[in-house]
Amino acid sequence: MKLRFFRPSPGAKRGEMEPGMAAADSIRVSEVDFDVSAELAALHRDNPQVGAVASFVGYVRGSLRGDEGRVGGMTLEHYPGMTEKSLAEIVSSAHERWHVDAIRVIHRVGWLAVGAQIVFVGVASAHRHEAFAACAFIMDYLKTAAPFWKKERTEAGERWVKARESDTAALQRWQDMKDRQ
Amino acid sequence: MRLLYFASLREQLDCSAEELALPPTVGKVADLRAHLAQRGGVWGVFVTSASLRCAVNQTLAGNNTPLAEQDEVAFFPPVTGG
Repeated sequence: MKLRFFRPSPGAKRGEMEPGMAAADSIRVSEVDFDVSAELAALHRDNPQVGAVASFVGYVRGSLRGDEGRVGGMTLEHYPGMTEKSLAEIVSSAHERWHVDAIRVIHRVGWLAVGAQIVFVGVASAHRHEAFAACAFIMDYLKTAAPFWKKERTEAGERWVKARESDTAALQRWQDMKDRQ
Repeated sequence: MRLLYFASLREQLDCSAEELALPPTVGKVADLRAHLAQRGGVWGVFVTSASLRCAVNQTLAGNNTPLAEQDEVAFFPPVTGG
């Protein structure tokens, strides 16, 4: 499966961005694993204004229960094209709310074993408040709006993971926060 | 129009994609749901399921989103990425 990268056009400079995204942003949807150290380094490279980098890594969790627990891993299905577009919109929304210098998002697809890395979100900014807030916002938004679907393997067979009410509630909190401003 | 079905919906319909000429009775997403449900059997999910999501040209859409002949329309269960 080919890698698909989505980033600002090569000629974009600071001040001539793709709408909503910064030149240092990066979005990647791929089967290929990622190196967290490399991503963190890329977030503050060549920018001495960056004083803070906040990040999140999501893993395939195994199950604590024996019967019908998750075994082996899961398959991540996605909607090619819309995944990148959706992540770009989420990144743009984060830039609108907080002044941050760079955002990197990676989401893997395909078969992932228990313990494997699934998703990375990293945000660089001058100070920690914006980095933490934007990182949490991007994850909450991604969990409810980005077109990925998990199918886990259990001892009883394969089963689609159900969406959680708590994820929708998390997103609503960001909207409430914005409405109160 | 190009119609796409994902995840458990795809399995339920046993169909991942199809080309459909925009029917004259269909002006928006709600109309398309009703049109697909008329096929009967498992296609009834388009009106019975309140949680089925829709995207038009790769942007999340609602029941009142208008449709055009060249659109790409996708239906899918609530997402579970991240």
